[in-house]
Amino acid sequence: MTPLMLSPGGSGWISERDPRLRILCALAFALTTVGLTTPSAAITALLLAASLTRAAGIRPGSLGRRLLALEGFILVLLVTLPFTTPGAAILHVGPLTASAEGIQLAALILLKSNAVVLSLLALVGTLEAVALGHALARLGVPEKLAHLFLMTVRQIHLMQAELGRLRQAMRARAFMPRSDWHTWRSYGWLVGMLLVRSLERAQRILAAMRCRGFDGRLYLLDSTRWETRDTIAAFGCAVLLSGLILLDRMSR
Amino acid sequence: MAHIPDGVLSAPVLIAGATVGLGLVGTALRRLDYDRLPQAAVLSATFFVASLINVPLGPSSAHLLLNGLMGLLLGWTAVPALLVALILQAVFFGFGGLVVLGVNTLNLALPALLCALLLGPRLSPRSTPSQAFRTGLMAGVLGVLLTGTMVAISLGLSGEAYVPAAKILIAVYLPLAIAEGLITATVVAFLSRVAPETLAGETQGRAAP
Repeated sequence: MTPLMLSPGGSGWISERDPRLRILCALAFALTTVGLTTPSAAITALLLAASLTRAAGIRPGSLGRRLLALEGFILVLLVTLPFTTPGAAILHVGPLTASAEGIQLAALILLKSNAVVLSLLALVGTLEAVALGHALARLGVPEKLAHLFLMTVRQIHLMQAELGRLRQAMRARAFMPRSDWHTWRSYGWLVGMLLVRSLERAQRILAAMRCRGFDGRLYLLDSTRWETRDTIAAFGCAVLLSGLILLDRMSR
Repeated sequence: MAHIPDGVLSAPVLIAGATVGLGLVGTALRRLDYDRLPQAAVLSATFFVASLINVPLGPSSAHLLLNGLMGLLLGWTAVPALLVALILQAVFFGFGGLVVLGVNTLNLALPALLCALLLGPRLSPRSTPSQAFRTGLMAGVLGVLLTGTMVAISLGLSGEAYVPAAKILIAVYLPLAIAEGLITATVVAFLSRVAPETLAGETQGRAAP
């Protein structure tokens, strides 16, 4: 199992921007992109997102693998939508007819979903998970949720190491996953053991935190400062997104 | 397949999902006290890691949803735990999207809550392993099937053209429900043997640390 990339290193000017700005820009980009209705605007959004990933210094190889995660769901839509959307028939496959409107709708969905994921990976995915938690708290996400987020992120690496040890033990006993009852039962025991160990860990953590004066609050210590260049970037983001909306209106 | 990507659903579905999802998260957060945060976080991390296990399923393979199990063990806390997992998966792995986060949270969290409310009371530290097995089986199957249904409903409400795709998705969820049901059943039966105090449930108050 490959180690989890919860703090992938980004480079370039995007990684120097304020985390809050990057979250807000990603949100604005997603909201704008979801509302686009023309293929030309959707293609522009995808190109924009792709150039963002380049600017953020993400390797194309790792990107392809993450985009594939989307495509299972999209594939079902791509295959069915052309045949289920009413409109001018342009293609006949057996008893089914594909409509131009359906193909356009399917293409729009493919473009928009990939654009949003690319921009998200570029702007927010290059943040360290802890920095993301801090930025979410600064943006007014409820305190308990931010705390849960930060603590979860801290535990994920430990639990993954635990899972790795348990799986190594299974491999040492020549366990091969198949789709049968033996596999499912073994995985059930694996998850159960993981839970038992994690609950024991939770009690030790709470005790250790109490020893250090934990009174139910985590104090957020981060030193990100909003710079002039962040304001300029925010302005640039607003201009680009307005351009997208304008393009969408004009080519309708 | 429980992660709906962005750009698919219609605006009313997105807004309704986000509103109800946020409401659920808010209620769940009010019920969560700070003392239980470390435990919730460790369990949430465990579920996140466990959902990365690739389970072979016939010719293909699937990841576990585990929302039924989370409902049983975490109760209301499952809602923010699922939201945290979905944020991490969207941001770092590219599963799902940003605007659909509310809908995706709702689709996973509502079945988890139903499992907690309907099946949670059947579990206690005194449950025998076979009782625990049956309850776990129901929670696993219910969690996956309800999530599949809700994903299908989200699609169906977004447009007439999505209905066939929604039907295909439900068919995909059926084998997953069987595997997940058996795995969840094994987990709960295992816990009832090894650590029965974890099955106290939220309502009766968990064993004090």
